[in-house]
Amino acid sequence: MQEIILIKNGELALKGLNRATFESVLVKNIKRRLHGLGHFVISRSQSTTTIEPTEEAFDMDEAVERLSKVFGIAAFQRAAAVEKDMSAILSAACDYLQEPLSQIRTFKVEAKRSDKDFPLTSPEISAEVGGRLLETFGHLSVDVHHPDCVVTVEIRERFAYIRCNQIKGAGGMPVGTGGKAALLISGGIDSPVAGWMMAKRGIVLDAIHFASPPYTSPQAEMKVHDLLRQVAAYSGDIGLYTVPFTEIQEQIRDNCPEELFTLVMRRFMMRIAERIARREDCAALITGESVGQVASQTILSLGCTDAVVGMPVFRPLIGMDKDEIIVRARAIDTFDISIRPYEDCCTVFTPRHPRTRPKRSLLEDAERALDVPALVERAAADAKFEIIRNEF
Amino acid sequence: MECYLDNSATTIPCKAAVAAANTAMLEVFGNPSSLHRYGFEALQMLERARAELAKSLSADSTELYFTPSGTISNNTAVFGAVQLGRRRGNKIVTTAIEHPSVSKCMDRLEEQGFEVVRLLPDSDGNIPLSRFEAAIDAQTILVSAMAVNNEVGSILPFDRLQAVIRQKQSPALLHVDAVQGYMKLPISPKKCGIDLMSMSAHKVHGLKGIGALYIRKGVRIKPYVLGGGQEEGICSGTQGMPAIAAFSAAVGELSDTRERLQRIAGLRDMLLEKLDALPIVTRNSPENALPYILNISLKGIPSQVSVNALSARGVYVSAGSACAKGHRSGVLTAMGLPAERIDTAIRLSLSSYTTEEEIEFCVDAICEIAAQLRKKG
Repeated sequence: MQEIILIKNGELALKGLNRATFESVLVKNIKRRLHGLGHFVISRSQSTTTIEPTEEAFDMDEAVERLSKVFGIAAFQRAAAVEKDMSAILSAACDYLQEPLSQIRTFKVEAKRSDKDFPLTSPEISAEVGGRLLETFGHLSVDVHHPDCVVTVEIRERFAYIRCNQIKGAGGMPVGTGGKAALLISGGIDSPVAGWMMAKRGIVLDAIHFASPPYTSPQAEMKVHDLLRQVAAYSGDIGLYTVPFTEIQEQIRDNCPEELFTLVMRRFMMRIAERIARREDCAALITGESVGQVASQTILSLGCTDAVVGMPVFRPLIGMDKDEIIVRARAIDTFDISIRPYEDCCTVFTPRHPRTRPKRSLLEDAERALDVPALVERAAADAKFEIIRNEF
Repeated sequence: MECYLDNSATTIPCKAAVAAANTAMLEVFGNPSSLHRYGFEALQMLERARAELAKSLSADSTELYFTPSGTISNNTAVFGAVQLGRRRGNKIVTTAIEHPSVSKCMDRLEEQGFEVVRLLPDSDGNIPLSRFEAAIDAQTILVSAMAVNNEVGSILPFDRLQAVIRQKQSPALLHVDAVQGYMKLPISPKKCGIDLMSMSAHKVHGLKGIGALYIRKGVRIKPYVLGGGQEEGICSGTQGMPAIAAFSAAVGELSDTRERLQRIAGLRDMLLEKLDALPIVTRNSPENALPYILNISLKGIPSQVSVNALSARGVYVSAGSACAKGHRSGVLTAMGLPAERIDTAIRLSLSSYTTEEEIEFCVDAICEIAAQLRKKG
């Protein structure tokens, strides 16, 4: 008996003429993710993608784990592929479903027959398989309205497939169908979640991190690597630009009013990020900001930071509470990394009483003391590039 | 030039220790419990090491047990002592400035229903003997106090605690966590009446991964690591011979403890004299602290920033406490220092390898970062 994986594509079915393109991106992503697990064949029909291992050693459990992190997959199932012969189907059903059925009480069987030459009709197949399962597992009973589990038997061209439990996929759209955007990442809890959410909508990520040695440590940069590696398990490889930020922060400290430190700094970050984003063909910026979380994230403050950017800034967490963000961060395994206690550049020179209702003109005045274009230019040019790989 | 002043975190292994480990790995690689030649040679090496360490404590070699770390020594001592003591009483006296490998055991015991008294230090980090006198009573089954505090270097009155225990007619066992004090202060457990004492090799130029527990002859504790019964059942697990051989070699290499202490005190005084000239420096270690450890605050510069900036200049120190993002140092908090001082604290810790040139180099680096990093205003 051979085991295969059946994948139900996500929103792809809705996408009209683009569907073929989207599906081919998804198939490419799946192939890349499953690389190294052994040989397999991948095929498409209607809205189902089938993965069929062609070698014994293929690691099914690991494949399922990796597929659960591929965006564009709504749900998937493991299924047994057996010969199209009723006695083979019956014995395989008892064998293959033993473990999942031992944990439930009620079930029903659904049969589908796309091969109309199969000697039994769908209701006949359901009846036979249901009967055999009842005989074999004494604790089960049939419930056609609200079963704990639906056993599906599907007679297709080459094989009959037996399956029961559906596994929820990561949902969203295949990464690569939505263009590329640059994520500003500090090392805190929010930005990795923001990146993950945008990747879920099909966007390829680049990341931009601001480092201020000696105020920030090499450990803080390592933390950003570790965070992005978790995100890359969903989004695929991420290009990381680490921007030297010390000089700018020191100049802000020495030349601007303390209450504006953070906002002036945020405006620099946005300018530098946009510069890099344009250079690297990113169509937008992504940040982890949420309204009111800190002084620089009031709507007036956000207005002041947006004023220096000429491209869309996406803030997928904008209306979320910290608790909600933490739930997501835990789910994607970034939370425990985010709370490692290293200073990041956002916590250096934090003013004691930051302004929460800033005026744009005040910021512009403050920035007059600095050679903004030159500082931005230099920082963007000196950014160090590396690729954070989606490693397993 | 470089200057390593984080010796309370760990020390560089001395050459003799590395050579001894090498021999143990390549030539005497047997399991000391094996009966053949290789096993016997390892057993002989193990017992020689034990004797050497016992000598450093003026103890009998049967009183010394190897463990995989100072942490396991502390866990073994604390849990082992209360297991057998619980019939006699329910109270444990310890301090609020213990290392987590003691304090977290105390938290666990408190959850299990023991009454744990944690004595607070004065604002200078010292804990006067009178606080112990007030806390220890006839219901007390364990007194656990460190010899030297790891963050500020204060020396606790560990050598006078047994007298208090006797005077109060308490059945308590006395445990001393001597990880920061061993081979830095002259400590004779027998003279001080210590029942259990923890030590670690890598703080005295040995290797990581080995510690020791002194258990006074006649004292019984219930083991907490179970297994093949090595170390008389006190800490099961095949002995890590390379690290054990290195431990005894490292201790054998160290010169007389009192002489060394005097030399280090000279270096520390030199360091202090230069630092006192800097207006941003506040000293957090008490006057009478162990000279190997000096904790200071640099006004206006968060700990992590000082550590990073000094590291970039080849001076290696530790943050006296975690940064504002992490947890504040429990020790400095217990001393009642203001938050600003806690968040800007760094610890300089010396070793017998520290030189005058290094001290000067370190002071210069601190002056430089003070000029560069201080917040305006």
